[in-house]
Amino acid sequence: MFFLIPVIGLLGEVAWSELPGILSSPVVVDALWLSLLSSIAATILAAAVGVPLAWLLARVDFPGRSLLRGLVLLPLVLPPVVGGAALLFALGRRGVVGGPLHDLTGLVLPFSLWGVVIAATFVSMPFLVITVEGALEGLDNRYEWAGATLGAGRWTVLRRVTLPLIAPSLGAGLVLTWARALGEFGATITFAGNLQGRTQTLPLAVFVALESDRATAVALSLVMVLVSLAVLIVLRNRWLRSL
Amino acid sequence: MTGLDMKFALSRGEQFSLAMALAIRPGHTVALLGPNGAGKTTAVAAIAGLLPIDEGHIRLDGRLLDDPIADVFVPPERRSVGVVFQDYLLFPHLTVLDNVAFGLRSAGAGRSEARSVARQWLDGLEIGELAAAMPADLSGGEAQRAAIARALVTQPRLLLLDEPLAALDVTTRALLRRLLANHLNEFSGPRLLITHEPTEAFLLADEIHVLEEGRIAQVGTAEDIRLRPRTQYIADLAGANLLTGRASRGTVMVSGFELHAADTRLQGSVLVTIHPRAISVHRKQPEGSPRNTWPTTIARLEHYGDRIRLQTGQPVPLTAEITPGAAEALALEQGAAIWLSIKATEVSLVAA
Repeated sequence: MFFLIPVIGLLGEVAWSELPGILSSPVVVDALWLSLLSSIAATILAAAVGVPLAWLLARVDFPGRSLLRGLVLLPLVLPPVVGGAALLFALGRRGVVGGPLHDLTGLVLPFSLWGVVIAATFVSMPFLVITVEGALEGLDNRYEWAGATLGAGRWTVLRRVTLPLIAPSLGAGLVLTWARALGEFGATITFAGNLQGRTQTLPLAVFVALESDRATAVALSLVMVLVSLAVLIVLRNRWLRSL
Repeated sequence: MTGLDMKFALSRGEQFSLAMALAIRPGHTVALLGPNGAGKTTAVAAIAGLLPIDEGHIRLDGRLLDDPIADVFVPPERRSVGVVFQDYLLFPHLTVLDNVAFGLRSAGAGRSEARSVARQWLDGLEIGELAAAMPADLSGGEAQRAAIARALVTQPRLLLLDEPLAALDVTTRALLRRLLANHLNEFSGPRLLITHEPTEAFLLADEIHVLEEGRIAQVGTAEDIRLRPRTQYIADLAGANLLTGRASRGTVMVSGFELHAADTRLQGSVLVTIHPRAISVHRKQPEGSPRNTWPTTIARLEHYGDRIRLQTGQPVPLTAEITPGAAEALALEQGAAIWLSIKATEVSLVAA
């Protein structure tokens, strides 16, 4: 009931007749588009960094492995606002990394679409790393041995044996990561700001609209509930079946 | 020097260490026989390059594969060692054809070229019609052939077989052991068979190395190992009497002598195993339930710890095991005339 009542409350607030008009207003269309773009970009970025990282954590024994694992998982327990602030200090125009980056390339990460993507990647990547690392550890690594004795180098084994074998977990990890990126609020508003059409994603638009325009807030929330339901349906085979 | 030549030691953690030396000439099969935990899988891993050795060397056809002192370690993908793994380990996400084509693709062949060579191998092993099947749909025998094709398609210089028959049920095992013997003979390089099953080692290998707690306990032909086991452990593991004969409704003709067996279903060519402890020794003709009794002499008598093994003479030379107390009570000595008795239920048969 605790989980169901808020959703029912939300459905009761929806002004169904005005829904098409609200959903096609510029603010909503901008936020939808930005959210879609940034969450997909964040997922790709998280996969590009997270899969090799998960492989490293699961397969290679090196000093400081548990420390690295802890660091990777930090965003899971860190309040997102703090994460955003940390990103700002590190990647801001006067930050330790952001400063030199700006001097070299003129690139400014905070308060830009890049900022949105980085904030979303920061908070969502642990989901991918956890899922993929778990799958790699559960995998019978003798399949990788078999690949190696058949002349496949590490990279070929990863591409042709390991990744196909963990494809279901990888898929689930990607969906989770994307869902987390789509819902990201705290780190985004801190690091990327809340500029409509530039950095205002769906959750930020909901937050703003709650103050001024309830109907829009409700409509946007409905969109996100539907997305969440879709995620649950995609993942049902993985989780719900084991219940 | 062609073939495999190795002498190495390695340890895993505090408890386990493996030290062994063996050489295999091309066209020969050596069996590494030992119980679970003896270090067989570790040996496979070391030879295939999945585990580096601590000291010694592994050389294949004159090429140094692993030698810590010379700072040589060839990674598994460049060793040219074909492995048929326990449970076969066919890639579950690839068809049988793509499993076999995998090694060729890794060696740089294009997809269609690799598939056409793989198809020829499948046809050669008479499983061409399974090319499009997934490994999960194969029977044990089909999977074994697919695994052999996959291991041999890249023309390795050494064939390693890790418990190739362990995944099969008893009825298909005899059939597949014969098939395996044929496939082994088609491969011209050195062959190393890893097994915990004495019968497999006796029938498939030219030479047997018995591995016991990480050390080679005995090396010899099947004959040596069976008749002259060097430790009590080997005597227990491999010391069973193994005979060949023809079965017909519960009687087995073994070199002109008739034995009774409890199994009345098996017909034709069979392997007969009789455990030395199942043979009773008497001074006079025994009376009672055992169906098999015959007079013979003691050809040899040897002490093994708390037991005595005796080799009997014609018509069916066997090894029997008794306690020193029994030997003393019966005043047994070399050349003595004795009677043997064996219950029909202790004469076990498998199809040859």
